[in-house]
Amino acid sequence: MLEIRWHSRAGQGAVTGAKGLADVISTTGKEVQAFAFYGSAKRGAAMTAYNRVDDKVIMNHEKYMEPDYVFVIDPALAITTDVTINHKDTTKYIITTHLSTEELIKAQPKLEGKEVYTVDCIVIAQETIGRPIPNTPMLGAFMKVSGMYDIEFFKDSMKRVLAKLPQKIVDANMIAIQRAFDEVK
Amino acid sequence: MAFDKMELRDIEVWDGNFAAAQALRQAQVDVVAAYPITPSTPIVEGYAKFKSDNYVEGEFVMVESEHAAMSGCIGAAAAGGRVATATSSQGLALMVETLYQASGMRLPIVLNIVNRALAAPLNVNGDHSDMYLCRDSGWIQFDAFSPQGAYDLNFIAFKVSEDHDIRLPAIINQDGFMTSHTAQGVTTMDDDTAFGFVGTYKPMNDMLDFEHPVTHGVQTEEDWHFEHKARQHSDLMLKVSPKIDEVFADFEKLTGRKYSQVECYDMEDADVAVFCLGTSVETAREVATEMRAKGVKAGVVGLRVIRPFPFERVQEALKDVKAVAILDRSSPNGAPGAMYNEVCAAMYSHESSPLISGYVYGLGGRDLTKAHLVDLYNELETNVKAGKVTTQLQQFIGVRGPKLSFL
Repeated sequence: MLEIRWHSRAGQGAVTGAKGLADVISTTGKEVQAFAFYGSAKRGAAMTAYNRVDDKVIMNHEKYMEPDYVFVIDPALAITTDVTINHKDTTKYIITTHLSTEELIKAQPKLEGKEVYTVDCIVIAQETIGRPIPNTPMLGAFMKVSGMYDIEFFKDSMKRVLAKLPQKIVDANMIAIQRAFDEVK
Repeated sequence: MAFDKMELRDIEVWDGNFAAAQALRQAQVDVVAAYPITPSTPIVEGYAKFKSDNYVEGEFVMVESEHAAMSGCIGAAAAGGRVATATSSQGLALMVETLYQASGMRLPIVLNIVNRALAAPLNVNGDHSDMYLCRDSGWIQFDAFSPQGAYDLNFIAFKVSEDHDIRLPAIINQDGFMTSHTAQGVTTMDDDTAFGFVGTYKPMNDMLDFEHPVTHGVQTEEDWHFEHKARQHSDLMLKVSPKIDEVFADFEKLTGRKYSQVECYDMEDADVAVFCLGTSVETAREVATEMRAKGVKAGVVGLRVIRPFPFERVQEALKDVKAVAILDRSSPNGAPGAMYNEVCAAMYSHESSPLISGYVYGLGGRDLTKAHLVDLYNELETNVKAGKVTTQLQQFIGVRGPKLSFL
């Protein structure tokens, strides 16, 4: 079982990102689950979304999770919330920030001793898609860190997931995914 | 007017809401009258989108309340159409009056209820308070444990509900958010296969059949009211259960997916069991498997058909287990849990009965964790060893503050 927790603000696309990732993984024969904590959240409120991936049907519906990966797609959340909650020794963190990994750990001591990767998904999304929607670049960074799929296979799969969007936006997303793949450290 | 077919992959990653919306599209519902409410909104929104994109031929009627939504469904069903809608929580509460009209008028309508808590305090998350609210409404009631169930049970519901021997409306319950907004792999049917299963709707006593005029929604006082209600109850008790079996069997033949009115998992040799509804059934199954690896003979019983209550099958499922926990995801507000009461009634009249204890859990979407279920199975083991229920009969799982237990 692979488990992922997303930290996001409502409106940044964490749910779409989690469902998109689940969709891609499902095509490779694995079982998936993607869900989020809602409530009467307003755009901009801190929220979390989740992925589970396994070889057999996923029957666990508890919301509690000790994640293998934590994705933080809003830079401030790594500082203002505890993104290490319910962690394991092996939990890996991919965090959107303009800071270097060292600077980030200095700013958030809870990340000390953790396996932390950083990438600026906000800037990448703004420069490619034209809007600060950092979900697809985060998935590009995840492909690099996890080695889950070949990046070309992943981009092709995401083209299908995003097919309802205008071609220009799909193309921009592909550049964003590739840039995050290349830039994550 | 022709409509387009939709190409689906064999496995789509859908949440429970979208699975239900796709089922309504594939069943080619004639009329959806709806007033959207969280968390069921995407079902009727999805159907409306399918309609605007020319994937269905039906009518989407926008109304001013849930009471009007079901009233519109009643009118359309009486006129002779295949009819469906969806609601949750407060919306269902407002709809309740008309639920009794629909079933009493013997109108086959399919209602997707995405289960959500009832205010106050206001809460949009999943529990079974709204499910319990329409318990005695005379509808057939199914329960989905996952998005796959939400998809499959819609087809099954149409087929049972619209049968001319049955002509009773049917509810499909799914857990708010835990199913409705959780995307998982759903094995699909292509459009022709799915529609072929439910078939073209054949109305009975429809008002638009001008050759055979009929009256719907009449008044009967003490002269006839009791006979009508008794006949409805009799049909629910005698006719519906065999029809559901038949449709489950047809569905299994078509898809390979097997449903039972009482779903038993690892129950053949179980000493301890959890009896519950919704997504909790699946989480409990995973925990039961883990308990077995630790040497505890754990099983799970999930109720797939809530009404008609499968009394004898519940007896059959629980007669050999030593201790069972009945889980109610609704506040009984001054009584034992409703499901606890129903199971106790079944087992009291059976020659062998397990030790039965009741638990209230998960109100307003409160998480039921695997750790809770491990503790629960261990508590049942303690009861088995002691030969009696060692706790009070009613306990609460996962509520903060001093431990609550009663009776």
